Amino acid sequence: MDTRNKKTTVYADNAATTAMNDAAISAMTEYFKEVYGNPSSLHSVGQRAKEELEKARERIAARIGADANEIYFTSGGSEADNQAIRSAAVNGAKRGKKHIVTTAFEHHAVLHTLKKLEREGFEVTYLPVHENGVVSAQEVKAALRPDTALVTVMFANNEIGTIQPIAEIGAVCREHKVVFHTDAVQAVGHVPIDVKDMNIDMLSMSAHKFHGAKGVGALYVRRGVPLNTLIEGGAQEKGRRAGTENLAGIASMAAALDYACEHMQENTAKEIALRDRIAAELCKIPHSKINGDMERHLPNILNMCFEGIEGEGLLLYLDDYGICASSGSACTSGSLDPSHVLLALGLPHEVAHGSLRISLSESNTDADADMIIKAVPQVVKLLRDMSPVWEALEKGEKKHLI
Amino acid sequence: MALYSEKVMDHFRNPRNVGKLDDADGVGEVGNARCGDIMKMYIKVNDGIITDVKFNTFGCGSAIASSSMATELIKGKPISEALELTNKAVVEALDGLPAHKLHCSVLAEEAIRAAIKDYYDKNGIEYDKSKFPDPTDDDHGHGNEE
Repeated sequence: MDTRNKKTTVYADNAATTAMNDAAISAMTEYFKEVYGNPSSLHSVGQRAKEELEKARERIAARIGADANEIYFTSGGSEADNQAIRSAAVNGAKRGKKHIVTTAFEHHAVLHTLKKLEREGFEVTYLPVHENGVVSAQEVKAALRPDTALVTVMFANNEIGTIQPIAEIGAVCREHKVVFHTDAVQAVGHVPIDVKDMNIDMLSMSAHKFHGAKGVGALYVRRGVPLNTLIEGGAQEKGRRAGTENLAGIASMAAALDYACEHMQENTAKEIALRDRIAAELCKIPHSKINGDMERHLPNILNMCFEGIEGEGLLLYLDDYGICASSGSACTSGSLDPSHVLLALGLPHEVAHGSLRISLSESNTDADADMIIKAVPQVVKLLRDMSPVWEALEKGEKKHLI
Repeated sequence: MALYSEKVMDHFRNPRNVGKLDDADGVGEVGNARCGDIMKMYIKVNDGIITDVKFNTFGCGSAIASSSMATELIKGKPISEALELTNKAVVEALDGLPAHKLHCSVLAEEAIRAAIKDYYDKNGIEYDKSKFPDPTDDDHGHGNEE
């Protein structure tokens, strides 16, 4: 079936990255040739850049309820995660605390940083996230030990979209005087965040998840919480993160975050409506399942499994229809196992391979949803018609799992 | 598409010989759903010639394309020739596969062997067992990418 007739592209992979919006693009351009100075230079060209850098910092801080001097610019979410976690761990170790609590389905930037720390002698507790993809504050509390240096729990999961009880977890950590970091990369710009109200000590964000430029992000660190340097060099970011600042990217991040927060309510309503319509229709496909608690959930993500088929095939056929989405199958991850997130929900491997993640943005339309609703069942049927797994399930040789 | 060659995409979009043969002379099924690849091949044999072949596959673009190409390469050929088919030949015919997808072509080769072995077993034909390693023994090439 060659469906290459795509006249339009339906981009439904906004959790992977987003297109920049006009606000972000126009914010960047003046930093290419007009305000191009190095903010560390003493002359007026440099100081002009420095002023703009600090203005952007204030704007971004305000959007998450932080103070400007609590924001450190990085190259993105991965760097922020690495720096936050490593710093909290090492500072904890100085006081004899070498235990860290996290969840089983964090982003690899968190998990791999923790794996490395484990090899360096730290102990990590990976809390289960259950079938609904949510961990409770009580479970975090129960995992705390006198030697716990850090709790790191992602604000919202990038694959399935579930949101954790961050404020409650933060309160537990505050009460027990444990540093609390949250990877909020998927949540910033999509749900309201106030680091003070939510008892957050450290938070990672990344511009390209909310229509800002790629390659730029920020780490929030509450005043009073020490922060070690990851990247050594010049004295930028109060000596906590060396390297000449990506001012154009930072400006795009400030503009994009302002835009996202100003339009959050209407964008959220729009995305939820489209997402729920798509979910309702796709659930009509037999032996399908939505992954993750849809109540505590990002507005724009929908993750489903379809039994008897494999995700990469699904994505390639959908791409021919002009639909861009992603999957948690092994083939798409490049490893032998399907996504650790889906496995953490307790999904059997065979079912996890047949997953589809649709992630919308405010640019998606009803027509886009119509196309997705039309194409997915067709593609699922096509793949099932050639699948020996589906044949075995339908014949009763194997039991349907969903 | 940067990931796959035009040939691979062609065999993925228009897979040849998809289906089943109810009166198959040999059926071979390899792989496992746990690691995300399963291929089932059906062959009809007449006078030692594979007169018809069909396949069903659960797997990625490479898996579907590999099985499709493999069926094309053995259709109408004598069994002896089909036994000579290597995964390398399948990959070459497809103008190449990404390194981490080579195991899909290995699986296609194993599926053909499994179908032929089944034909031999069903018809009481003698064969050199060493030429038919049990595909459930190994992980069909995962980690053997070259």
